[in-house]
Amino acid sequence: MSSYFLDLFSAAGINILLALSVYCPMATGQLSIGNAGFMAIGAYVSAILTVHLHLPLLPALVAGGCIAGIVGLLVGFPALRIKGIFLAMVTLAFGEIVRNFFMNFLTSLTGGAYGFRGIGNVPVSLVWIWGAVAFFLVFFFFLARSRLGLCMIATHDDDTVGELMGINVVYLKVGSFGLGAFIAGVAGGLYAHYYLYIEPEFFNVWQSIHMVLYVIMGGMLTFWGGVLGAAVFTLLPEFLRFLQDWRGAFFGAIIIGLMIARPSGLLTREILRLDFWLPGRRGRLL
Amino acid sequence: MFIQQLFNGLMLGSTYALIAIAFTLLMGILNMLNFAIGEVFMLGAILGLTFIKLGLPMYPAFLLAVLLAGVVSLIIERFSFRPLRHAPPLVPLLSTIGFSILLQNTAENLWGSERSQFPQWMEPVDFHAGPLLISSTQIIIFAVAVLLMVGLDLFIQRTRTGRGMRAVAESIETASILGVDSTRIIVITFFVTGVLAGASGILFGLSFSIVSPFMGIEPGIKGIAAMIVGGMGNLRGAIVGGIFIGITEVLSVAYFGAPAKDFAVYGALFLALIIRPQGILGMIQAEKERI
Amino acid sequence: MTDKSILTLDSVYKTFGGIEALRDLSLSIYPGQVYGLIGPNGAGKTTVFNLITGVYPCTQGQIKMGNRDLTRLKPHQIVRLGLARTFQTIRLFANLTTWEHVWVAQNRSTRSGQRGIFPFRRAQERILRGEAEEILTLLGLWEVRSHKASTLPYGTQRKVEIARALAIQPKIMLLDEPAAGLNPQETEDLLKTLNKIYALGKTILIIEHDMRVIMGLCQHIFVLNFGQKIAEGTPDQIRRNEQVIEAYLGKEG
Repeated sequence: MSSYFLDLFSAAGINILLALSVYCPMATGQLSIGNAGFMAIGAYVSAILTVHLHLPLLPALVAGGCIAGIVGLLVGFPALRIKGIFLAMVTLAFGEIVRNFFMNFLTSLTGGAYGFRGIGNVPVSLVWIWGAVAFFLVFFFFLARSRLGLCMIATHDDDTVGELMGINVVYLKVGSFGLGAFIAGVAGGLYAHYYLYIEPEFFNVWQSIHMVLYVIMGGMLTFWGGVLGAAVFTLLPEFLRFLQDWRGAFFGAIIIGLMIARPSGLLTREILRLDFWLPGRRGRLL
Repeated sequence: MFIQQLFNGLMLGSTYALIAIAFTLLMGILNMLNFAIGEVFMLGAILGLTFIKLGLPMYPAFLLAVLLAGVVSLIIERFSFRPLRHAPPLVPLLSTIGFSILLQNTAENLWGSERSQFPQWMEPVDFHAGPLLISSTQIIIFAVAVLLMVGLDLFIQRTRTGRGMRAVAESIETASILGVDSTRIIVITFFVTGVLAGASGILFGLSFSIVSPFMGIEPGIKGIAAMIVGGMGNLRGAIVGGIFIGITEVLSVAYFGAPAKDFAVYGALFLALIIRPQGILGMIQAEKERI
Repeated sequence: MTDKSILTLDSVYKTFGGIEALRDLSLSIYPGQVYGLIGPNGAGKTTVFNLITGVYPCTQGQIKMGNRDLTRLKPHQIVRLGLARTFQTIRLFANLTTWEHVWVAQNRSTRSGQRGIFPFRRAQERILRGEAEEILTLLGLWEVRSHKASTLPYGTQRKVEIARALAIQPKIMLLDEPAAGLNPQETEDLLKTLNKIYALGKTILIIEHDMRVIMGLCQHIFVLNFGQKIAEGTPDQIRRNEQVIEAYLGKEG
């Protein structure tokens, strides 16, 4: 396979992971526009571990993810009290703080604003990336069918009532926030070891916003939505070459149109049920 | 030295205050966050520069640019607000994010991604007032900002439309019952926020000699930060917030160096939201559920 | 009185800001009976429910379930003790089907309530499915079990709310104006449903304005006005109580 397609599919894989990382808190009703910050944490931590401490890849990735996840839990707790747009703003501020942190601190280890070069000790291949994707897809597959997954959606719909029906809303919300952070951290680690170079500038607000857009457009209430959104929007620009520099404008226009025409995104829970297509049959499509 | 920094912060803060007011107007009256205001800000400056380059004298160029910024805001209303009135608040927000991307990319393509600046418009005169070093540019820009804020305040307090805006801010249904044409009020509100944002962009461009398609990103976010820190839905709060953010930024650069700038501002936003979401002057109660 | 009350409020006060919503309220509820909580609008009835279910704490006083003090507990813990409620305005989960509403509320029966990602505990899940089926059939919701609950007619949505409450396997059910917004046909249906629930042995406390429901169902009624209990007794006693009549009609006086 040519290097061009390799890069494309790797990017798609990483974007799918990022979409999943946003889907997780979104499923409990929490919009996070700061996951680029968790991605950065995962990227830098794992890179430091492999480059300076010569750790093998898997432990480094997991460690990066865990640290990101722990920070996620720490942010998730106070964030419980904040809802909606306020929460989005907190996460945005958080993402920017993380970016700034890596720009100004630990620079002897990471090169600061000049970037972290030569993360080449244990390069990552397509297999690693899609292996991680497969792992998390399986995880979400089972989660979606479980009582826990349903409780998450109930929390998303009405967390006050959810609590009054016996759901431990605190666990669910903080937990999903932390899990999302973990996944973003893993994605960050994979990104760092695939492209062999990272810089703080990359993990900015727009990166976070793109992740959110994958989920919003693909469908907010099912994990397949983010997968679809990430895949489409990573691969689509390649088919829209003719648009050249206007791809951004096109993207923006699509978002505007989609919000008017189909605000819940392309995939809904209903579409994924068998009885949407074959009335009378019970069960799920995916 | 400290006083000087405070003063500089106040000057910077006044431009942030204008953007914050634009955000706050929409937030207070329509409960909506318009992410694209940063781009309208940018368009004000870019259009102003374009008209000057096309030969218009400075003041008409700016006036025209500001009016066009208002028109862009009306377009946003038509697509991001009106059809989505009954959708959950997330949806219009995302739509305005779409506009933000659209406008930035369009500007990039039509005007090129390089930075430009406004032509020299006056001989800056520096003078001393006690321990302070003040540049005439600063004073004029500050004066214009204050004028706009005062004008807005009068508009809201004294005119019928202004009262309509306050009524709609209370409750759209009640306002309709009282005979207020809420659609008209909403359209006017959007126009006004566009004008304010565009004017703020021009002032900013003049202050810092920057005009570029990317100039709106940071001020946009800082405007939101100012709105939240000062107190949501509250115009005085927006002004206080804007000045606070301006001073924070300037002081942190002065004492900790340039890298600390964003740290301080976003740190302040983060803490404000966690500790006191209603902001400095906020009167919006943290949402207490009604069961 | 031999005291085997299942729920007690003991000199409960609740103040919001400067406003006293409830004042020195004491009442006892015994198992297996249907109780009514009535009073003019604003008397504090929903506040009583909110205090019992832990939405906010009492300013003063105590609420006990059996011997268990509910004061420090969070709502989801109180629910686990066997208390379920419905709401004045129907609050269903917008994205869940009827059947999923029941499933999501069956938390109490599973050990930690929320595990179950991987298909362990097959046997337990099968039991729960059976219970869910029973509840849905009992309330006549089996046909609409796969419908998204928000698309159902109002009266049916009420029943879904009740089904959800039943799924918790509560000892006590708190129903807040279940007949509100229902047409006469739907109200008849509701009465039948509530009778069935009573037959299951549940203890029920109903807030209602519709006197047919109250008089037809309740064995014991509490009357609230301005946050205080002004009377309690059997439907007959309440019907003839001077103060109650005045509270309801007094304003027209």
